[in-house]
Amino acid sequence: MFELSEDQQSLVQMVRDFAAEALAPNAAKWDETKHFPVDMLAEAGALGMGGIYAAEEFGGSGLSRSDAVLVFEELAKGDTAIAAYVSIHNMVVWMIDTFGNEEQRARWVPQLASMQALGSYCLTEPEAGSDAAAIRTRAVRDGDSYVITGTKQFISGAGASAVYIVMARTADTGSRGISALVVPADTPGLSFGANEKKMGWNAQPTRQVIFENVRIPVTNRLGGEGDGFGIAMKGLNGGRINMGACSLGGGQAALEKTTAYLKGRTAFGGPLINQQALLFRLADMDTQLESARTLLRRAADALDRGAPDVVRLCAMAKQVATDAGFHAANEAIQLHGGYGYLAEYGLERIMRDLRVHQILEGTNEIMRLIVGRTVAGV
Amino acid sequence: MKILVMVKQVPDTEEERRLDLATGCLDRDGSERVADEINERALEVALRYKDGDKKGTEVVALAMGPADAAQALRKALSMGADSAVHVLDDALEGVDIVRTAEVLAAAAKRTGFDLVVAGNESTDGRGGVVPAMVAEHLGLPLLPSLNSVEIDEASVAGEAGVENGSLTVRASLPAVVSVTERAAEARFPSFKGIMTAKRKPLTSLSLSDLGLDAAASASVVLSISERPARTAGRKIHDDGNAGNELAEFLAAGRLI
Repeated sequence: MFELSEDQQSLVQMVRDFAAEALAPNAAKWDETKHFPVDMLAEAGALGMGGIYAAEEFGGSGLSRSDAVLVFEELAKGDTAIAAYVSIHNMVVWMIDTFGNEEQRARWVPQLASMQALGSYCLTEPEAGSDAAAIRTRAVRDGDSYVITGTKQFISGAGASAVYIVMARTADTGSRGISALVVPADTPGLSFGANEKKMGWNAQPTRQVIFENVRIPVTNRLGGEGDGFGIAMKGLNGGRINMGACSLGGGQAALEKTTAYLKGRTAFGGPLINQQALLFRLADMDTQLESARTLLRRAADALDRGAPDVVRLCAMAKQVATDAGFHAANEAIQLHGGYGYLAEYGLERIMRDLRVHQILEGTNEIMRLIVGRTVAGV
Repeated sequence: MKILVMVKQVPDTEEERRLDLATGCLDRDGSERVADEINERALEVALRYKDGDKKGTEVVALAMGPADAAQALRKALSMGADSAVHVLDDALEGVDIVRTAEVLAAAAKRTGFDLVVAGNESTDGRGGVVPAMVAEHLGLPLLPSLNSVEIDEASVAGEAGVENGSLTVRASLPAVVSVTERAAEARFPSFKGIMTAKRKPLTSLSLSDLGLDAAASASVVLSISERPARTAGRKIHDDGNAGNELAEFLAAGRLI
């Protein structure tokens, strides 16, 4: 499992080239101008990045989770915020492809997999984050329709996306009373909050999604009534390792820039790289990133195999990788001195972008809760 | 329409490239090997025509080289070529341009084509004459160093830069064209392209398959030496005349 297959090497090479040519030269501009590059996403979609691990039947690429973590690491080297959005989009596509019936898959997967249409995942609410089972957005059955009322918070892609997967309460039975509903953007009663002002992730919009008597047909429900929480959590296993891989890519880019900088920068009569204290810092960054990479591949493999300890491994990998990536970006700034603090060097953007990875898709505290509960058997 | 695209595997230009001082050949293990970028533009020219005529156009990638040159052909297949031909024979190790062109022409003839598209020169050998030699062997017209290419059912045309402007040239098919770095920007292979590349046919041909003898190169390398280390350039100090001196320097080097 530690050596990449020939196909994987080709996938990595292609995504690396795409990230270097199509994303990296624009990342600073998109961050500064808060530009969501939907045209570039459509290009990524044409290459197969919209439905990486969705089945080929309706336009997915049919790759594995183990392939996907490689893809996201490379993509993030070009632009961490865009790579992270592509991860969220893929989670949406996978959910429809996996839990949708033939009709639902045929209707939504082709346009989403090609990224001609974008998807958003709506779970978190203003008063329900880590405690996701406490959501209050309600979907009331009315004949052949659901009528949805409520507000979703921190929704990536909101306003630009064509398709929203909404976790809504269909019964007052805790996590068992939640259903997954697909809401098209043009449904009457659907509206969006202002684009949030954020520390990072500026190249993708984050808004509230507001439902005021939004009526959708019952046939837009994925799976059975009450299956939503399980679907949401299953999606997050993959979302977690993808976000971990995005952190890894950002951290790796920071490490590579820093290594080059320390080789070229001279002080006190020689290149900084000759200062062993600094070399050790690079070594720690590299070791932490490689540890994260190893664990991510193990968790991805568990997801591919449907292994029993997949939730634990994905939680561990998410925590380790998002911490390692942020740490590497932060160290990179320190090792660049004053230049690291300048936007021009691109490191402060990586750090700002990666900071949120320690918070979303389940905070790293929730990751510890998952692992702790497993180890304690409670 | 059958379009044959010539592909060469070369050392990555991002890395330090070396000759093996003992053999005079390229040190193939010295750096990562990749499909030459100029070939990807040649392939893109062919693929764009195929995009407009998916059913009626066949694109074949042709390479001569050691076993791992197959990787460059796989890349071409992943980008959209339909099949590939690999001329692979130990007797071809280190052969010169004249011999290379002879073998490639024989392989082209055997494979069959309406149009041959090549890069104008490789990033390693930089001879820039293989397309012309191949055309000569095939007895076909060559449109060399095109910055743009237009293909129709019966002819190929394009624009070639010359010292004082540009030439618009046209030839009836069959013909050979070579393209410059200004020609079509190459596409990325899609995931699907990458995953289906190994299911596409890749034919390996030896010299005997081509009806050729294991003849030696016409040229031999007598000696080689390492490139001297770079020396410091000349510094012009501005005593009020730096502009003129700079212009004279550039003119002397035929740079302006």
